[in-house]
Amino acid sequence: MGKRSLVLVIADKEIAAKILFALSASAAILAVGLICVFLFMQGLPAIWNIGIINFLTGTSWRPTWDPPLYGILPMIVGSLYVTAGAILFGVPIGIFAAVFMAKFCPSPVHKILKPAINLLAGIPSVVYGYFGMVVLVPFVRENFGGNGNSILTASILLGMMILPTIITISESAIRAISPEIYEGAIALGASHENASFRVVLPAAKSGVMAAVILGIGRAIGETMAVRMVAGNQAVLRMPHEFLSGARTLTTNVVLELGDAYGGHRAALIATGVVLFVFILLINALFSMLKKKGGA
Amino acid sequence: MNKTNKYSMKNVDLWYNDFHALKNINMDIPPNEITAFIGPSGCGKSTLIKSLNRMNDLVEGCKISGSILLDGESIHGNIDVNALRKRVGMVFQKPNPFPMSVYDNIAYGPRTHGIKSKFKLNEIVEKSLLDAAIWDELKDRLKKSALSLSGGQQQRLCIARALSVQPDVLLMDEPTSALDPISTAKIEELVIKLKTDYTIVIVTHNMQQAVRISDNTGFFLLGELIEYGNTQQIFSMPSDKRTEDYITGRFG
Ligand SMILES: Nc1ncnc2c1ncn2[C@@H]1O[C@H](COP(=O)(O)OP(=O)(O)O)[C@@H](O)[C@H]1O
Ligand SMILES: [Mg+2]
Repeated sequence: MGKRSLVLVIADKEIAAKILFALSASAAILAVGLICVFLFMQGLPAIWNIGIINFLTGTSWRPTWDPPLYGILPMIVGSLYVTAGAILFGVPIGIFAAVFMAKFCPSPVHKILKPAINLLAGIPSVVYGYFGMVVLVPFVRENFGGNGNSILTASILLGMMILPTIITISESAIRAISPEIYEGAIALGASHENASFRVVLPAAKSGVMAAVILGIGRAIGETMAVRMVAGNQAVLRMPHEFLSGARTLTTNVVLELGDAYGGHRAALIATGVVLFVFILLINALFSMLKKKGGA
Repeated sequence: MNKTNKYSMKNVDLWYNDFHALKNINMDIPPNEITAFIGPSGCGKSTLIKSLNRMNDLVEGCKISGSILLDGESIHGNIDVNALRKRVGMVFQKPNPFPMSVYDNIAYGPRTHGIKSKFKLNEIVEKSLLDAAIWDELKDRLKKSALSLSGGQQQRLCIARALSVQPDVLLMDEPTSALDPISTAKIEELVIKLKTDYTIVIVTHNMQQAVRISDNTGFFLLGELIEYGNTQQIFSMPSDKRTEDYITGRFG
């Protein structure tokens, strides 16, 4: 075998690798595309039939009535409540934890904390849900009242579930701020705390915002854990009713899709469309922020 | 020298772990003068200037011995290191404005030291920018991000930021090495003007700069202070052969 054919073999391998990578990448795009097409193909006609106003602003979800009522406002509001609640619990704790890990914790502690947080990210949501059922639900029932299956409980649980996302991404955003910025603050006589919270953290704000948005995406899309602690009543709640149960867009689908057919099934798929649009908006916001942060 | 010295260093040694970076430095720095540190890369100029406001405390494995007195008082004794750094401002080699507005860059220091009144902060921002000779350029851009300024403006903003907490010493580590000649000239002019109110220590790679602006010059080599004295004298008749070699461009 001469030198030349060896070169050819290597070139062939490179081409093969390139094709493989291209195929894998297109598989991902194809998957997203297919999901879009089928979701919208099945969901949009349903929204059309129900009437977009009736669908989005209707406060009654009565799929078994004749004629059925398909109003998903309670679920939209339910999703917004638990997501807002998750942000309320998860974001401050997550950001403080990220600052702690990037700027305060001694490296032996970091060596334990970091894998622990990675582990937290990998726990299946049904396990979180189980934890919510046996720990949080009784906790909320005994300390705040109600039966414990509530918006508050789901918010706390989701707040915990988005912590790893927020901590990990915020921490790397904080670490990416050049040490000269920190030193500039220290050289003015600022304390370590002051320099960390008032200079370095604000400097990392676009990364931290991105972390929060990804956390929101995770919270709004979470299904199993919410289903296990939220009570799931398809009732429009007011904010002060945070000790009552509520249903989210995701749980609406998963609770009923099993034995739904016809118009009911189509209305559930249409619920999925609304959820998907939420996620698209959140992603658009995310890439906008990323662009701003990169500039 | 009949004035009392601003800084007085005696037998200062400094190690980065096992590396002996400063060797038995003895040096007095007079007030309201410009003192330049020159010498080839890696000779310890930055290390020494960072010892003067204890920025070396941030470096893990850094040990220092000997004494450094500021106005007759040890900077390693029973003092608040944040108060020391408020008294001794620092300007870095690469302009390092905070990624916030021009106004907030200047107001950060005073706010940190407890000034809350909006009126007082406005006053400080204006005065600091005036003193750093950049008020006219920036007075209409106070709300703009500091990162939108040119390199030279950023560096003068950093000087203004250092002035905002009313220090009495200004340490500058090669403040013009990243700047064009015009920005450099502006900063040199500014530094000369500032010496009436501040004691200035400046590290420079540029020997013409040392000649143009400084009153005293110290020449360093491999962690040692080889020669220190009046700038005119050092550059016209250095007493050490190595100083002469360096300033005539025979090495470094
Ligand atoms: N953080 C550090 N850790 C270890 N060695 C260092 C550190 N900073 C500087 N040094 C070493 O100390 C010597 C002096 O460095 P420096 O003071 O930066 O020199 P200069 O500013 O004169 O170029 C160099 O040999 C450099 O490699
Ligand atoms: Mg240096």
